[in-house]
Amino acid sequence: MGEAKSEVEEKRERLEAPLRDGWRKLPHSLLIFEPATSLYYYTGDWRTFKPVRDRSKCIACLLCWVYCPEGCIYIASDGGIDVDLNYCKGCGICAKECPLGAITMVEEEK
Amino acid sequence: MARRIAVEDSHAVALAAKMANVDVIAAYPITPQTHIVEELSRMVSDGEFDAEYINVESEHSAISACIGASAVGARCFTATAGQGLALMHEILFIAAGNRFPIVMAIANRCLSPNINIWGDQSDVMSSRDCGWIQIFAENAQEIFDLILSAFKISEDDRVLLPVAVNFDGFYATHVVERMDLPEEEEVRRFLPPHRTARYKLDPDRPLTFGAIGFPAIQFELRRQWEEALCNSKQVVKEVWQEFGRIFGRHYDVLEPYRMEDAEIGFILMGGSSGTCRVAVDRLRERGFKAGMIKLRLFRPFPKEEILEAVSRLKTLITVDKHICLGGLGGPLFNDLRSLFYGFQRRINVAGFIAGVGGRDIKVEDFEHMFEKVVKGEVSPEKHVFIVRGES
Amino acid sequence: MLAALYDRKVESMIEVRWHGRGGQGAVTAAEILAHAAIREGKYAQAFPSFGPERRGAPVLAFNRFDDKPIWVRSDVYEPDVVAVLDPSLLAAVNVLGGLKPDGVVVINARETLSEIKAHLGFQGKTALINATDIALEVLKVPIVNTAMVGAFIKATGLVKLDSAVEAVIERFGGKTGERNAEAVKKAYEVTVLG
Repeated sequence: MGEAKSEVEEKRERLEAPLRDGWRKLPHSLLIFEPATSLYYYTGDWRTFKPVRDRSKCIACLLCWVYCPEGCIYIASDGGIDVDLNYCKGCGICAKECPLGAITMVEEEK
Repeated sequence: MARRIAVEDSHAVALAAKMANVDVIAAYPITPQTHIVEELSRMVSDGEFDAEYINVESEHSAISACIGASAVGARCFTATAGQGLALMHEILFIAAGNRFPIVMAIANRCLSPNINIWGDQSDVMSSRDCGWIQIFAENAQEIFDLILSAFKISEDDRVLLPVAVNFDGFYATHVVERMDLPEEEEVRRFLPPHRTARYKLDPDRPLTFGAIGFPAIQFELRRQWEEALCNSKQVVKEVWQEFGRIFGRHYDVLEPYRMEDAEIGFILMGGSSGTCRVAVDRLRERGFKAGMIKLRLFRPFPKEEILEAVSRLKTLITVDKHICLGGLGGPLFNDLRSLFYGFQRRINVAGFIAGVGGRDIKVEDFEHMFEKVVKGEVSPEKHVFIVRGES
Repeated sequence: MLAALYDRKVESMIEVRWHGRGGQGAVTAAEILAHAAIREGKYAQAFPSFGPERRGAPVLAFNRFDDKPIWVRSDVYEPDVVAVLDPSLLAAVNVLGGLKPDGVVVINARETLSEIKAHLGFQGKTALINATDIALEVLKVPIVNTAMVGAFIKATGLVKLDSAVEAVIERFGGKTGERNAEAVKKAYEVTVLG
């Protein structure tokens, strides 16, 4: 018995369905008629290190938010930052750019 | 009623873009295309029609700007020649593969080296596999008519491919000749003033062009593109038929001349076909059963129509203005010999290369080619170069 | 029937070669005549010998005229008419090359008809015009093309004078158009045929 499909898996399947039906049924030149479909593809599982924030040092300057190439840093409920680990590739740019050294990259145990 | 005018062929190009009411022109001047873009630039700045003329820093940018404009639904036009087309090369694929209906005029020019600004077909032939519809025109009237109809062909929902209209650099661009200029209303009836783009970038209806094609899907996309290009022939024919009904000038994918009982016939494209036509008349006067096929649509290659046109011919003389260097002669020679292999009846193909680098092709040159074939001096294994010294 | 070409009834295409120097307007002269012929319902071509244009260098331009559509698209090698805008070209270029046996030469020179024929080494039909003086007098610049158009029409009758005047006015417009039209007419009047 397989596990139930997650919501993104279902979305991905729906998006990719035309690709499996041969060239005649493809939307021409692979046009995609739905916005933001990259959200269906988690890039977080590429990660080896994850960013961890030290709340005592963070002044919420949001430079990490500016620099994050993946756009996966968002403003948390306490006004500080949080990371969407579904998409964080663990590149470490946020840790490098943080002027207060409030972010450290920590090896993940998977 | 159409108006009879005297016009430089370059200006006929500009008039066609103007009457097609293009929204965006992005072009970079290069000999022998210069008069085209100068005239368009003048027309736009004098307010003769409302278009955005984008002065770009290279041909790579010219075609890229056209892609951007086409993606938001604008009717786009550009023109180039020779090295300019070569600089566009990678973007030519992107324009066609993403199915942008752009129209481009190419004033065919020899590619360097050596430095040469004169006409031949090495520019377009080096871009022939870019997936565009390729049309060849002979004179001012044809250039005007075929550019106007190119917009209708490319914007057809069954096609959505860019179209290049080719004509001879200098021998077409710089000639003043006679042309009938249709009325605005007739043009509007044939070609609506604005493109209604089925697919365009619109914040209210988000859409992605040019998504990544992984190996698992890219092949299928190419297959689809190839099919679309081949199928466009039918639309080309339909559009030209409609053009004929409205304007009274009839075009087809090829034009046979005195082919009914011809035994030896020429096939070629562009302005030299007019000169060849005169040679055919002279050869007929001398008692030879000569004929000619002017090929108007080069890509997609009109296989069936060519096979029908040569059905009674003994020998077909191909006249190419480009050498597939290190290969088997000229592009037409290659395509046609390949087409005829396995054809139920044997037909000889005699390949000639002429007019390279702006070398004038005279009526006598065509007669000379014909005589060589009649005398049996052309080996089917070897193409003949019309150069000084032994071919 | 196309027209009278110097008292010869012409039934086939007429080909013309223009000799000038860059800046004298040989190409424009050819274009004006094509415009004039097309105005009259004829067919015509005008085109330059192609290349990087340089002021003062010898240049060529060509015309074809016919009652029927013109198909040929190559340079003119055996002209019916040769028009020479600058007599100094005679030392540099063989202007008579390929000229048909009963062909016509239209030439700008200050010499007399017999002198210029001797200079050309040509005893055929020659139309002589001092186009430089007309240009200097009427246009105040030594651009002789419109005067040469007048001489060409006088010599060949291939187009009507009025058609050329209209073509010139349309081409240049305003005062320049008027003055060039005057140069055409004046040259037409004083061209000597022999």
